[in-house]
Amino acid sequence: MTTPVHDVLIVGGGGAGLRAAIAVAEEQPDLSVAVVSKVYPMRSHTVSAEGGAAAVIKPDDAAQHHCYDTISGADWLADQDAVEAFVAEAPGELIQLEHWGCPWSRDPDGSVAVRPFGGMKIQRTWFAADKTGFHMLHTLFQTAQRYRPVTRYDEWFVFDLLVHDGRCQGVAALELKTGALRVIPARSVILCTGGAGRIFPFTTNAAIKNGDGMALAYRAGVALKDMEFVQYHPTGLPGKGILITEAARGEGGVLVNRHGRRYLEDYDLGQPLDVGDPRHPQLRSMELGPRDRLSQAFYWEQEKGHTFEGEFGAYVHLDVRHLGQKKIDKKIPFVRQTALNYMGVDCVHECIPVRPVVHYMMGGVHTDIHGATSLPGLFAAGECACVSINGANRLGSNSLTELLVFGRRAGLAAARFARGHGPVAADVLEKKAEEETRRIVSLHTQGAPGADSLATIRSELNAALEHGAGIYRQADRLAAACEKIRELKERLGRLKVLDRSRTFNTQLVAALEAQFLLDAAEAVAFSAAARRESRGSHQRLDYKERDDERYLKHTLAFRTDGDPRLEYLDVVITKWPPGARVYGKQ
Amino acid sequence: MESSSPVAAAAPAPAGAAPPTIVLEVFRYLPDSEDAPRYERFTVPYRHDWVVLDALNHIKDRLDESLAFRWSCRMGVCGSCGMMVNGAPVLTCGAFLRDYLPGPVRVEPLTHFPVSRDLIINMEDFIHKMEAARTWLIPKEPRRLEEGEYRQTPAQLAQYKQFTLCINCMCCYAACPVYGLDSTFVGPAALALGQRYNLDSRDGGQAERAEVLQSDHGVWHCTFVGDCSRACPKGVDPAGAIQMGKVQGTVEYMKALLLPGRRARAQG
Repeated sequence: MTTPVHDVLIVGGGGAGLRAAIAVAEEQPDLSVAVVSKVYPMRSHTVSAEGGAAAVIKPDDAAQHHCYDTISGADWLADQDAVEAFVAEAPGELIQLEHWGCPWSRDPDGSVAVRPFGGMKIQRTWFAADKTGFHMLHTLFQTAQRYRPVTRYDEWFVFDLLVHDGRCQGVAALELKTGALRVIPARSVILCTGGAGRIFPFTTNAAIKNGDGMALAYRAGVALKDMEFVQYHPTGLPGKGILITEAARGEGGVLVNRHGRRYLEDYDLGQPLDVGDPRHPQLRSMELGPRDRLSQAFYWEQEKGHTFEGEFGAYVHLDVRHLGQKKIDKKIPFVRQTALNYMGVDCVHECIPVRPVVHYMMGGVHTDIHGATSLPGLFAAGECACVSINGANRLGSNSLTELLVFGRRAGLAAARFARGHGPVAADVLEKKAEEETRRIVSLHTQGAPGADSLATIRSELNAALEHGAGIYRQADRLAAACEKIRELKERLGRLKVLDRSRTFNTQLVAALEAQFLLDAAEAVAFSAAARRESRGSHQRLDYKERDDERYLKHTLAFRTDGDPRLEYLDVVITKWPPGARVYGKQ
Repeated sequence: MESSSPVAAAAPAPAGAAPPTIVLEVFRYLPDSEDAPRYERFTVPYRHDWVVLDALNHIKDRLDESLAFRWSCRMGVCGSCGMMVNGAPVLTCGAFLRDYLPGPVRVEPLTHFPVSRDLIINMEDFIHKMEAARTWLIPKEPRRLEEGEYRQTPAQLAQYKQFTLCINCMCCYAACPVYGLDSTFVGPAALALGQRYNLDSRDGGQAERAEVLQSDHGVWHCTFVGDCSRACPKGVDPAGAIQMGKVQGTVEYMKALLLPGRRARAQG
């Protein structure tokens, strides 16, 4: 069954997807735009982002500072032309959200308030209490409803890109409610499906974050860029991996080990000020260092035996008690609620147990500065894309802004492409989709089930990635992870789904998602194995130094029938030559 | 349907000791192959830190992979996993097994909605109601980007902030006796969201929204039972929003009577 042809089809209804859709609806209103999403858009994972969104707005700030913080935070692997464009467009995007009703927190004079954030030397993080992503997503979702030209295909699971004549011409999807195969022909397609945190066992990422868009592009011959760069957020709850926002530290929370020591001072992140000192917390220092460095410090504390030991392994304490109940309830109410619900800890009176948890993929679908991929007609934006502004380590509060800036850019670029290209071959697409369905779906639904299970495959994958491609990596462990991924791909290929129903066959979807997970994991592990240096979030115990001579380059991973083929691409440097990352020096 | 008699528990566990397992009675309905719903019992490990959603995932991963339910963020903000647990609408990611000891725990889809399969309801009605209530900002004074943000003081923000916290989980619809009897009622969340924009100092869309909010299916249909506010996992208080909507509607109605030339939109 085929839908009408759309000019712009967006896969994913999170922040980037909805921003792209509104950009087309508002700025190119004669074009037909649609959003297809495996969940209702307001369920998208943007909803879980807490701390804030960065943009230069206050008089003491300037674009060059935001650029420098982002580029040094990225350990110089970001493309500087992309960072400059991002920083320049960021304030307008956040003001646009304000005009659409986003309930940003305010200063007493009614202007938008900003808060400190890790790795930023000037306060520039806009926030809506500690539910910034939630408010941004709902603002975008509600605003998108206003635009009648935006067609939505809610709860349709996209499992294939339809490529014909060297051009992406739509997608094939499973309508979850009926189990029907659907073909959505489109002159241009934008992937906005978010990250792939579920390849790891401890992650802040929601259940839906399986690298869908990354895998779809990868299979269509598009490179995945810089996939070895995986961000561990230093403060997740042990076990469940639920996020405790960086805003807790931005507001003055501190990290202590089991000896009560603010151990970050031992890792070249500056000297601690007393929590009662009015200068605390200091920007670009201690608890407001970048996420990669804080997560790495945790690893060494654990090695030295300075961490607490609990049911889910090592942890340290996040202490916000000195903020007092009033400030906690005003600035970080969700932190209090979350710690209380899931750990039984009231942070007004007790420390919160935290450990680093996988949070964000710096890497993703290789795009240019307009969101275009190497496949004509295919675009990507948000976490599933890699432009790249995040390089080897993203700064907190840059990703929410990124999805607005590059969501809009991708929307407009896709609209331009649609105008410049002829009709799609809907009949050919339908045939292709049927073939793909037979190949992909039938694989899991015909034949007898064996002893293996999806849950086993996922947990073995998680363990292999944590062991091989965690905070610190080395050659032999990475090789083992690569080998495990080969094995799991083969096992997943033989796995049969017991559920044969058409209505909401969640197990079939999970099997298809597991294929996506394995593709994303493959790109992570092989890219990491080949990068023999340490940079940002990619730390090698066997290659401890950054090596600009050989590796000031983006990794491009291409899918093959065997192991991925890797190529390298120069980083764009405009004004900021590679230097040392310095934190804690005022 | 299987009998729903309580589990014959063994000797009650001594105070403080947790049982090794707990029983879930899960609503099952497979429209592809079954004419009627049934309840299925599953015994799952009991853990102090497990929520009902963890137990459902245990079932799906290890006992019966065909069990269908929605979930995603597991931290109470995406709004996917609202279900009836022991008869009350809750987010299952925030419903701890420890609060339902010794069990069994009955898990059913949100009531008042058509069931698509197992614990999955059809929520299209709610989406349409949000759209009808025009839950987006209709600017009082349009503003260009170059002019910067609208000024809004913390006090003005506080006027509507509470009503922005709705996660669209629809627990309030499952709790609402009026919606249960008459699904044409716009319902708590959509009305509260409409009110959220009416109270926003940047907004001027109150009259436009009144077509739905002040209609026969809007605030005046509410009998102020207040169950919606008790059910809301986010403390939004839709009942309060609806009462504010009634006051606003009355004020507009009186203005229309006393000030000729204004268009009356109040129910009348």
